[in-house]
Amino acid sequence: MKRFVYVNDESCGESYCDNRVSNTKYTLWNFLPKNLLEQFRRFMNQYFLLIACLQLWSRITPVSPVTTWGPLAIIFIVSASKEAWDDYNRYLSDKKANERKVWVVKDGIRGQIKAQEIHVGNIVWLHENDEIPCDLVLIGTSDPQGICYVETAALDGETDLKTRIIPSICANLSSDQLGKVKGVLECPNPDNDIRRFDANMRLFPPIIDNEKCPLAINNTLLQSCYLRYTEWACGVAIYTGNETKSGMSRGTAEPKLTAADSMIDKLTVAIFVFQIVVVLVLGFAGNIWKDSNGRKHWYLMYPAEGPWYDFLVIPLRFELLCSIMIPISIKVTLDLAKGVYAKFIDCDEQMFDRETSTPAHSANTAISEDLGQVEYILSDKTGTLTENIMIFRRCCINNTQYGDDSGDALKDTRLLNAVSSNEPDVVKFLMVMALCNTVVPIKSNDGAISYKAQSQDEEALVNAASNLNMVLTSKDSSSAEICFNSSKFQYELLDVLEFTSDRKRMSVVVKEGGSGKFLLLSKGADEAIFPRSNPGQQTKTYLEAVEMYSHLGLRTLCLGWRELEEGEYKEWSKKFQEASCSLDNRECKIAEVCHSLEQGINILGVTAIEDRLQDGVPETIKLLRSAGINVWMLTGDKQNTAIQIALLCNLITPESNGQLLSINGKTEDEILRSLERALVIMKTTPERKDLAFVLDGWTLEIILKHSMESFTRLAMLSRTAICCRMTPLQKAQLVGILKTVGYLTLAIGDGGNDVRMIQEANIGVGISGREGLQAARAADYSIGKFKFLKRLILVHGRYSYNRTAFISQYSFYKSLLICFIQILFSFVTGLSGTSLFNSISLMAYNVFYTSLPVMTILFDKDMSETTVLQYPQILLYSQAGRLLNPSTFAGWFGRSLYHALVVFLITVHTNAYEQSNMEEISMVALSGCIWLQAFVVTLDTNSFTYLQVILIWGNFVAFYIINLILSSVPTLQMYTVMWRLCSQPSYWITMALIVTIGMGPVLALRYLRNVYRPSAIDVLQQIEQTNGPTQTSRNVESATRIYLDQLLTDLRRNKGSIHQPLLSDSVASIR
Amino acid sequence: MTPGCVITIFLLIGITFVPVGLVCLQASNSVAEIVHRYDIDCVPDAYRRNKQAYIKDSLISKKCIQKVKVQYHMKAPIYVYYELDNFYQNHRRYVKSRSDKQLRHGMKYTDSSCGPLERNNGLPIVPCGLIAWSLFNDTFGFTRGSIGIMVDRKNISWRSDREHKFGKDVYPFNFQNGSLIGGGKLDPDIPLSNQEDLIVWMRAAALPQFRKLYGVIEDDLQADETIDIHITNNYNTYSFGGKKSLVLTTSTWLGGKNDFLGYAYLVTGSASIFLSILFALIHVKIPRPHGDAAYLSWSRKSSN
Repeated sequence: MKRFVYVNDESCGESYCDNRVSNTKYTLWNFLPKNLLEQFRRFMNQYFLLIACLQLWSRITPVSPVTTWGPLAIIFIVSASKEAWDDYNRYLSDKKANERKVWVVKDGIRGQIKAQEIHVGNIVWLHENDEIPCDLVLIGTSDPQGICYVETAALDGETDLKTRIIPSICANLSSDQLGKVKGVLECPNPDNDIRRFDANMRLFPPIIDNEKCPLAINNTLLQSCYLRYTEWACGVAIYTGNETKSGMSRGTAEPKLTAADSMIDKLTVAIFVFQIVVVLVLGFAGNIWKDSNGRKHWYLMYPAEGPWYDFLVIPLRFELLCSIMIPISIKVTLDLAKGVYAKFIDCDEQMFDRETSTPAHSANTAISEDLGQVEYILSDKTGTLTENIMIFRRCCINNTQYGDDSGDALKDTRLLNAVSSNEPDVVKFLMVMALCNTVVPIKSNDGAISYKAQSQDEEALVNAASNLNMVLTSKDSSSAEICFNSSKFQYELLDVLEFTSDRKRMSVVVKEGGSGKFLLLSKGADEAIFPRSNPGQQTKTYLEAVEMYSHLGLRTLCLGWRELEEGEYKEWSKKFQEASCSLDNRECKIAEVCHSLEQGINILGVTAIEDRLQDGVPETIKLLRSAGINVWMLTGDKQNTAIQIALLCNLITPESNGQLLSINGKTEDEILRSLERALVIMKTTPERKDLAFVLDGWTLEIILKHSMESFTRLAMLSRTAICCRMTPLQKAQLVGILKTVGYLTLAIGDGGNDVRMIQEANIGVGISGREGLQAARAADYSIGKFKFLKRLILVHGRYSYNRTAFISQYSFYKSLLICFIQILFSFVTGLSGTSLFNSISLMAYNVFYTSLPVMTILFDKDMSETTVLQYPQILLYSQAGRLLNPSTFAGWFGRSLYHALVVFLITVHTNAYEQSNMEEISMVALSGCIWLQAFVVTLDTNSFTYLQVILIWGNFVAFYIINLILSSVPTLQMYTVMWRLCSQPSYWITMALIVTIGMGPVLALRYLRNVYRPSAIDVLQQIEQTNGPTQTSRNVESATRIYLDQLLTDLRRNKGSIHQPLLSDSVASIR
Repeated sequence: MTPGCVITIFLLIGITFVPVGLVCLQASNSVAEIVHRYDIDCVPDAYRRNKQAYIKDSLISKKCIQKVKVQYHMKAPIYVYYELDNFYQNHRRYVKSRSDKQLRHGMKYTDSSCGPLERNNGLPIVPCGLIAWSLFNDTFGFTRGSIGIMVDRKNISWRSDREHKFGKDVYPFNFQNGSLIGGGKLDPDIPLSNQEDLIVWMRAAALPQFRKLYGVIEDDLQADETIDIHITNNYNTYSFGGKKSLVLTTSTWLGGKNDFLGYAYLVTGSASIFLSILFALIHVKIPRPHGDAAYLSWSRKSSN
């Protein structure tokens, strides 16, 4: 499928959409239906809608329909208005973009139109710093060489400038001609690939050059990029509106569901089943009572023969009565809570990176709990563990190694001498360093030159070269000038054989200004260059140098060159042209052609670039590993460098305590055998020893093809792994493998090559680093430095999980409490399904009285941050889901049943006989619930702040004030009831009794467990209490650490049966 | 949650709850109460087998005199309650069958909430609904020898109900004429706000056993005195085996006779004291210092 764009032809644009950008999800007309439909896709909402509809049938509803419609409407309005607000803002920004004025040229006449009126085929005229309104093919610039610079940060997050060049056939057009030019572009249908554009272009007469000219991505100006350092540029609109590459790559990410969320969903389903059982049993019993007993009670006037659906009425009534078992507020409460967690992360000053002034940011507000349950961290190396500040440290030229003594080749006098004495090998070496790259030198007004580079390595090399007097002074698309020892050399840049992750090398072909010699300059990874070296050359010393450098954790590059015969070059150049013109499979064809030229290279030397470890990385990794998180390093770098960095950052332990299992081999069989061997060792080694495996991309590819199962087993056993030479896809594959086994994975990275892995993982963390913002944009969380990860996981993740665990279970508890009371009450009403509580109370109970106090948990800390960071092992509790699982839930279930019994029995006994009117009993029972829940929250709150006290007890006071006010409204049923109750001493005595009997056993059990079968959390809390939050005395600390270590290893061993109740978190129960 | 703290909490609960329990029990015991069940005694021997026939037969006199001996001295005011058992005023069909608007504002506001007794013979009923329709209609009189004891039947309902819930200008209309299904008649000339028996009855009870105020005796009753109760036994509880009793009782600050609170406090208080002693003993026997390393390692050893 192709699209033909006729330049400057009005009729052509008609068939394609105009340039109206629309990011909005809704329109004014479809908002309501579309939004409602979307919201009703959720099971919970469907359930509540069903309940609400059933409530409309007055025969069966125990309470006014308002009790469900009200909260349901509130929930809907809240989320709909959030959607509407977001959409409105999108609309506004679209409108701004759409109504922006842009210059277009129509038949030679320049005019200003709104951006939305641009049609395919129009020629758009841009000025410096303009935002590009749609996807254009560049046809003219102010630059005589036909290049311009664009900043693509908005598109791919990369902050460096990219060079764009006009197609060769447009090179000679004057700016007058540009306005009138006619032609046709043949381009693919719109897609979202911002790195590919395989098209061609032909101009119509009167332009003489009517050849088909190939177009590639560097001939385009893409929407939402900015034109920089170029006075003007103009281009032909090819894709407009939402069909642009940036428009097509916008997509709404699938919402991620946290492990805690899915547990809550499971519990909801369980409660739903329980509810159905209760409804069926009570409904059946109710029908029996009605038939055997009810008809005798003449005052009920049961008709002899009811309608056909009579048998359904009582079960349905019970269904409605029990519908509150599933708390309608839980979704809203949890969403709110998650929003608050995200705010905590955003506002955490200790995660604010002062060096770059970047705060931590949570783009995805919904998955903070997962942070506390992370089991695997898959980390990129460069830029994530390291700083990604590349510094040229050593080099090996002509079998001489420089920089070995001082650790800095730039200060090595031997090298400096060699430079000043014009040693030919050194000069060539420096020339390759300065020329073989895609760096753009930018001259500032004061004459200083700064370099803009896509890769940090290239920048380091060019800078190093300029320090060694080989200065790249200017460069454009066809020529470069270098200045060596203050004499200038001109080079004609003929071709760039670009770097790809498959080729692992790049080359340029230049023509030397003076001699007219054709030169191929190459640089690349050792294994990509050495095999293509001149067969006569000795590469042994270079290999040794590479080995040594990577042992020091340095990144190595090999530099080489070759002189080309003119004829050879011409012939090759033709093939290269052809390959670059092909519309399909271009990349592959180009690689093939490049391959044919990059042969017989003379190795000039090896560079070694240092990438320093980021501040605090070793400590962070140690902490995370002792928190029971398995850390894997996935890198594109080579094995030696990777292992070296891994050692430096505590990822693997040196020999004697640790062992590195290398999985490799030359053939498939060898690899598979080595995998099996690693698996056996992994299984038989005692746990104390630190085992890690290391493999590279090629090995992984073969393993995944043949022995996925063994690898998965290995992955599950191995706490550490180093995977080198990984492609972005393989990184994502590894994440996928761990995810399918059911582990919660966190991927952290900083560059575009980590994006896939970040999106694939349960949690993606991006480092807003030097490789651009691409990773940070795709990620759920972005942080400034790797070291903040420990706070993100251990502090924020852990607290979030703990809080969500409490909030969700508490929500069920309070709903079950009120529901059980209703059920108990139904036993004294002839199973007729009368509601004890009136509609207002029920609604307020769910939405107000019980929702506010639970918010205090959002500020609760079970132990101080210092303690958590001191004893990271404690993360296991959240990691293994020990605070929210069926057994903890059973505890809450039991508690609500017990509390319901306490409230109900005490109420009916104290308010028997003459005090047994509905309104009073209902209000006594409701107050009992409020009292109990205030104490439940208090008991489970570990830290007290003013806010918490105000929320819990303020809510309590509010309950009385609200009900006293309601009791003053004559038209309400509960008129005077609360006043009456509050003036009775027996009411207050009853409340005290309910609280004591309700909470006494809870407190006693809690105490016994806390003191005699303490969990590690309890122990730490006690230590905190005795010793103060920050000062833990040394000996206590070490003893406790040993104890905790043992305890937690034991726990970990039992991970299969991890869902033990919290009650048995004790030492005794482990055995 | 240190042992000292928890033990103290339980001890404090015990120390406060036991005396409060004793005070409540004392209050409850100081109430003199006579409960007299009359639904069976008031049925003539001939109808004992078929009480329904008796209650439904309008020709049989429903008058009945019961003698009650006063056990303790009862100080005025003495409250007269009737007590019904196994009567489901809280049944969903029943408790909803009323119209508060109609009670307050009159016939115009008759609505479907009164079903199945919204209308009779095509005309709305005031007051409508099952609750009003089944108004309790036994009457009670008291004599000491031949001298009548005054029963004050005024102000037995909640004042708020009289003033705000039942209309002053709403009169009974098309109400039942005393057919034998049970249920009382209403004087169509007295506004609802003055029909106090109805107002009391319409405050539905939440439990199947309940008492409703009938009147107040402003005379002391002496111990060992015998009084006659003159009952008209109109109300049909026989069809469903409901019990009817008459209750004479005095009252205290805590209400009527109800031992539950007292005993509950005593039991809770004692249990708390017991727990605190138990915890203290365990604490002395197996001392476990709070958050102590020694304790941790000890705990570790014991588990091995």
